[in-house]
Amino acid sequence: MKIFQLLIVLLTGGLLIYGMEDLPGWGDPSSPPSIHVSPRYIEKTVEETGTPNMVTSVLADYRSYDTLGEATVIFTAGVACLLLLRKDAP
Amino acid sequence: MIVQYENIIIKTISRILIPFIQIYALYVIMHGHYSPGGGFQGGVILGASFILLVLAFGAEASQKRISLKKLTVLASLGLLIFSGIGLVALLMGGNYLDYGKLPLPLESIPKIRAMGILGIEIGVGIGVMAIMITIFLAIASYETEGKND
Amino acid sequence: MIDYVVSKSNYWIYVVLMMIGFYAMISKKNLIRKLIGLNIFQTAVILFFISTGVKKGATIPIAFHEKGEIIRAIEALQYTNPLPHVLMLTAIVVMISTTGVALSIVIKIYDAYKTIEEDEIPDKEE
Repeated sequence: MKIFQLLIVLLTGGLLIYGMEDLPGWGDPSSPPSIHVSPRYIEKTVEETGTPNMVTSVLADYRSYDTLGEATVIFTAGVACLLLLRKDAP
Repeated sequence: MIVQYENIIIKTISRILIPFIQIYALYVIMHGHYSPGGGFQGGVILGASFILLVLAFGAEASQKRISLKKLTVLASLGLLIFSGIGLVALLMGGNYLDYGKLPLPLESIPKIRAMGILGIEIGVGIGVMAIMITIFLAIASYETEGKND
Repeated sequence: MIDYVVSKSNYWIYVVLMMIGFYAMISKKNLIRKLIGLNIFQTAVILFFISTGVKKGATIPIAFHEKGEIIRAIEALQYTNPLPHVLMLTAIVVMISTTGVALSIVIKIYDAYKTIEEDEIPDKEE
């Protein structure tokens, strides 16, 4: 039995449950993530980008630089897979 | 190594299903402005259809439709479309990835931005599709070297 | 007390999921099982982020529209928060690619040592 690992896991879980006290409840409309940046995105997205789907407009317009980084990450992952596993790899 | 089974049911069903999956994937990419969808989701569905093709017909038989060489070109093309649109906006006098400055014959700025978003989605979709199939093919068609000690 | 637990029930689920994944990551010796633990851990983090965007009585973050035109005024309280959806959408794709790279590395380890048990690998080094 792996007592040591189990203790570490229980300690981490206990700390997270202790820290849970300060988090907003389920579906709270006035929680911090819902009142800080996102109202600006929700209210201005159609006016500024002409796209009713807010997820698309935030993904590809407001935060497109972030998306470029993510696309680069998955491109690098694919190239790394090829370089690791191809028979004629250099 | 993909072992191929001669199963008439799997082959027939996938031959019927694959075009519909691909049409649906293209719909998810192109209709991402007005309904749930977009480049990442549609790209993954499109990749899954090609993975189904490889699973049903084997890597050798589907070699002329998808090969690793074509897939690397497609993956690079997806990223090139993405960063190219950003670069065009930069050359037209805006910021990088500022679609409002794209040279498109549309009357208002929001419509131009919507077209810029569509271009980004297409690039991301092509890239994600190519990378998904690349990872699958690279892992599935790998053969261990014969060092049995 | 029971109201408190119910109002935070989502976080309890994520903490339990995270503990399962974390335990698999640090106690299993098989590399594939470690990877499965890593995926469970990432799923817990993704579910946590998605749940921060929920608002009671709100609909999906797509503005009501008809033929591309808005048919009713947009208020922030009507729509769920789109920001966690965006961040986790990209995080899921990155999770798939990192899993692919990890599987390739496990295959190369198996090629070199003929085992994927972590405690047997040092014996095979020469």
